[in-house]
Amino acid sequence: MYWQRLGCNFAQADRIFDDCMKEAKAVLSQDGLVSYIENARFLGKMGRGPEPLLVYLEEAPSVAAMVGEDALVDMREFAHYMSTHTNFKAMVPFLQSIAAVTRRLHSYALFQQYIEIIRDMMDQTSGSVHGHHTTFPSPGLSDLLKQSPRLLSELSLQGFRNWVDYGIKYYNNHPGRQVEYFSLKSADAIAVMQRERHGTLLVDNERKLDAYLRGLWQDGDYLVPYSLIFDELRKAVPYYDHMGIRLPDVYDDDRGVSGIDRYRAALAHMAGHRRWSEPMVVDNWSPNQRVAVEVFEDARIDYLTCKRYPGLRKIFLALHPKPVQEDLALQDTSLILLRLAIASRAMLDPEYHVENDVIRGFVERFYATMQDGESSSPAMADIALSFIARTRRQADALPNTYFDNTEVDYRDDNRHLWIYIEPGDDEDTLFEHLDHRENEEELKGLPPRHYHEWDYSSEHYRPDWVSVYEALQPSGNATVIDNLLAKHSATAKRLKAILDMLKPQDRVRVRYQEDGSELDLDVAIRSLIDFKGGAAPDPRVNMSHRTDGRNVAVSLVLDLSQSLSERAAGSNQTILELSQEAVSLLAWTIDQVGDSFAIAGFNSNTRHDVRFYHIKGFSEQWDDEVKSRLASMEPSYSTRMGAAMRHAAHYLKAQKADKKLMLILTDGEPADIDVDDEQLLIQDARKAVTELDQDGIYSYCINLDPKADEYVADIFGRNYTIIDHVDRLPEKLPEVFISLTK
Amino acid sequence: MSEQEQYNIKEEPFYQVQHDEVGLYEAAYAARLPVMVKGPTGCGKSRFVEYMAWKLGKPLITVACNEDMTASDLVGRYLLDANGTRWLDGPLTTAARIGAICYLDEIVEARQDTTVVIHPLTDHRRTLPLDKKGELVEAHPDFQLVISYNPGYQSLMKDLKQSTKQRFAAFEFDYPTAAVETGIVATETGIDTELAAKLVQIGETARNLKGHGLDEGISTRLLTYAATLIKGGVEAKAACRMALVRPITDDADIRDTLDHAINAVFA
Repeated sequence: MYWQRLGCNFAQADRIFDDCMKEAKAVLSQDGLVSYIENARFLGKMGRGPEPLLVYLEEAPSVAAMVGEDALVDMREFAHYMSTHTNFKAMVPFLQSIAAVTRRLHSYALFQQYIEIIRDMMDQTSGSVHGHHTTFPSPGLSDLLKQSPRLLSELSLQGFRNWVDYGIKYYNNHPGRQVEYFSLKSADAIAVMQRERHGTLLVDNERKLDAYLRGLWQDGDYLVPYSLIFDELRKAVPYYDHMGIRLPDVYDDDRGVSGIDRYRAALAHMAGHRRWSEPMVVDNWSPNQRVAVEVFEDARIDYLTCKRYPGLRKIFLALHPKPVQEDLALQDTSLILLRLAIASRAMLDPEYHVENDVIRGFVERFYATMQDGESSSPAMADIALSFIARTRRQADALPNTYFDNTEVDYRDDNRHLWIYIEPGDDEDTLFEHLDHRENEEELKGLPPRHYHEWDYSSEHYRPDWVSVYEALQPSGNATVIDNLLAKHSATAKRLKAILDMLKPQDRVRVRYQEDGSELDLDVAIRSLIDFKGGAAPDPRVNMSHRTDGRNVAVSLVLDLSQSLSERAAGSNQTILELSQEAVSLLAWTIDQVGDSFAIAGFNSNTRHDVRFYHIKGFSEQWDDEVKSRLASMEPSYSTRMGAAMRHAAHYLKAQKADKKLMLILTDGEPADIDVDDEQLLIQDARKAVTELDQDGIYSYCINLDPKADEYVADIFGRNYTIIDHVDRLPEKLPEVFISLTK
Repeated sequence: MSEQEQYNIKEEPFYQVQHDEVGLYEAAYAARLPVMVKGPTGCGKSRFVEYMAWKLGKPLITVACNEDMTASDLVGRYLLDANGTRWLDGPLTTAARIGAICYLDEIVEARQDTTVVIHPLTDHRRTLPLDKKGELVEAHPDFQLVISYNPGYQSLMKDLKQSTKQRFAAFEFDYPTAAVETGIVATETGIDTELAAKLVQIGETARNLKGHGLDEGISTRLLTYAATLIKGGVEAKAACRMALVRPITDDADIRDTLDHAINAVFA
C-alpha cells in the first residue's frame, strides 16, 4: 500500500523499500508514516534522479526518531529549496549527513537552527551575475555538509555558526579557498575550529597544569597536546616518555568532572607513575598478562595517590567506569577485560562489592599488600600474573572481546613500565633512530612568529593570521652614517645642550615640606624667628629627598616600505635618506642620554611574509656595527603596521624599565596588497596600540605623510606628530623624543 | 625605670628550636657580636629574636624598616618646642643607652645610605656619633644589634652593601621540616596534629611553586593563621582559601592550582 503511495518507478528504490519501511514502522507513528511517504514521494518526483529519494528513505526515520516527526517535512522542504536555488548537487550530501548531524543536536529547535545556518550559508555564497538571479551554485556547500557531523562533534551549534560565518566572510569571493576552508583543509579552518571548540583546551591551561605538577608533585615536564579530532576510531591515550607528557588537546566536562580536573586526574596518575613505578622486563609476558600487570600497577598508583591527596578519590571514582558484574555470565565472549575492570574498580572503591569470589580474593590480596606501605611494581606484577592464571577461561582466546565499561580514560598507556631485552620489530621502534636525525636538522633556521590580527567588522581576532619573519639587517658601510652625523653637527651641538638638562640627577632635595624626613634648619630658624616675633610661622620646615632617576626603554620601529624610495617634496633627497639621517641623530641622542634602545625596520608582502629586520638590539652598543646596518636599509613592499608593532612589543615588553616607549616612524597609512579594505589594517594598528598600552608601552607615531590627519589620529589617538617638511625630519625627530621623555 | 621596662619581654614566646641556633646565638651575645638573621618571610626570624631576648633577659627594641626611613629616624632628631628646639633620641640611640637588643627588621627595605649609620656601633668602636647634636654615645655593655632580611627579593636594589654585610655573624633560617612545622602549627594554635599536617602539606605545595608564579611560598605564619581560623570554627577549606591562598597571589592560574590542592588534601 505504501509502495503505491510512493508512486515511483526507480528500481533502486524498490530494492531498499522494504527494509526502510521496517525501520520506519518501528520508530514512526501512523501520521509520521504518512508524512514520511508523502515527502519521499515529493523528492522522487522532483526530477533530480533517484538519489535524493533513496537517501531520504534511508535517513529520514532515524532523524524523525531523534528530533520528532516535524523534521520529516523540514528535510523535504529544505532539499526542495536547494534544488530550486541552483544548489541541487548539495541535496544528497545534505540528506546523507543529516542523520549524523541530528545525533549531535538532540532537539528540534537546534535542528531548525542548523538548517537555518546552512540556508544562510547557501544564500550568501551562491553567486549571482549582475544581481538578477542566482546562477552559480555555492562552491563550498557540499563540502560543508560533508564536514558538518565532524564539526558538530567538536563544536557547539553556536561555534559551528561562527565557524561557518568566518568562512563566508573571508572566502566568499575566492571559490578555490572557500572549498579549502569548508572541506577543513586550510590552516585557517582548523585554527578557527580550535578557537570555537567546546571544552577545556590544554593550551589555555598549560600554566595551571604546570603549576599543578610542580606544586603538588614536585615534578615538571613538557606538556605536549595531541589531537583527538583526526582519529575517530582509535582514541589516543595519555602517555609520557623522555620527550614530555602527552595529553589530549581538549577535555570536555564529563561525568560531573570539569575538564581541568580531568587533566589534573591524568597528570596525578602519571606523576604517581613517575614517582612510584619502576620498569620491568616483559619479554616473556603474554599480552593478557601485560594488561593485568597494568591494571594492578595502576590500582597501586591510584591507591598511593589517594593516600597522599584524598580529595582526588572523588574525581577518580567519577571517572572510573562501573563494570556490569552480571555480564560475567556471558558465554562466547572474552571477558578478561571485564574481570580486570571489576577488580580495578574494587581496588579504587572500597564500597564496591565484588560478587565473584576469585576476583574478590585478589582485591583483598591487593589491599593486604598495600597495608604494608608503598609496595612495588614487581609485587603488583606477581599478583597480576597469578590473577591471569587463576581466572583463565577457555573463552579468553575468542576474538569476540568484551569492552563495555572497561576503559579508564585518565590512565596513561603505561609504556614506561616495559623493558624489552630483545629489540622490537614493530614499525614504531624500527625507524626511531632515523627520525631522530631528521629532528636535529629541522632545528636550524628561525621559525616565523604568528600574530593575531584584529578584524574590526566582526570584532574579533583572526587567529595566528600574520607570519613575521625576523632577521638581522645585513651590514653596509658605517662611514655613511658618520658622515650624516657630521653633516648635522650643528644640530647635534644644540641638542647636546638640551640633553645635559635631561641627564638624571640622582638625588634631589625637596624643600619646604610640612612633613619630611629631616629638619631644614635654615627654614626652621626663620620660622622660629617669625614665631618669636609674633608673626605666623611657616610650618613647612622639613625637607625630604627624592630620587630622580631615568629608566626608559625605547624601541624605534621604522617603516621600510617601497614608498620610502620616493623623493621628498621640496628636497633632493629620498625619504629613506632623510630617515637615515633622522634615525642616526635620534640614536645618537638616546645614546647620549643613556636610555636603552632598539631599532628595527619592517615591511610586508601579504600576511604570510611580514619581515622584521633587527638593526640594533637593546643590549648592543651604538657602534659601527649598528651604523653599518642602518646604512644598508632598503625600502620594498608594503606596511603591515600592527604585526610589526606587536613583534617589536614582544621584545620591548621583556625590558625592565619603568617607562617603555615605542616610536613608529612611517610615511603613510598601514596597507598591504592582500587587503582590499583600507580600514582593516588601520583598525588593526589601532588595536595593537591598545594592546601595547595594556602592557605599559607608550606608543608614539612620527608620520611623514602630509595627508596623515585622515587616519593617524584613529590609530594613535593624540600620540603623533606629522612632519610636513620632511627635510626637517633630522632635527625634529630627536626633539620629539626629548619632549616625550622630559 | 619605666622607659626600659616597656621593652622587656614579659612572657616566654613559643619558639621551636630547630638546630643549635640558640647556643650559637648565646655565644654571639656573650661576645656582643652583631647578628644578622636571614630567611624567607614568616619563617620565625622575629620570633627567634624575641625568644632570645626573653631568654637572655634583655629588653628588645624593634624597628620595622621602610623605604622612607632616614638616618634621623634611627638616631634621633631635633624637634621644635616653645623654647626652641629639643633633641629626641631615636630607637637605635635609646637601645645603645639602656643596653637593649636593637632589632632592625627587614633592613633591606631601608635605603642603603640610611643603614650606614649603624656601622660605628657594629665594630670595635661600639659608639654612636650624633653629629647634629654633637654627642658621642658610648654603647651600654649589654647593647647588641640584630638585623634581619629576606634574601628572597633577589633584587639589585634590595641588597645590603658589602661593608654592612661584613659586620655581622649570620643565621640562615628556612621553613622547618614538615614534621617540625606540623608541631609548630599544632602547638601555636592548639589544633590536632593531623589537621596541622594537612595545612603543612598545602604550604609545601605553594613552596614548590616559588619562582614559578609565586615570589614566596606560604609561610609558617600564614599556616598558623589558617589553623587559628579553623580552630575558631571556620570550615577547613574556606579557612585555607582565605588565609593561605588569597593573600599570596592574584594570579588566577596559581590560585586555581592551590585551590585544587586544598580540595585534594581535604577530601
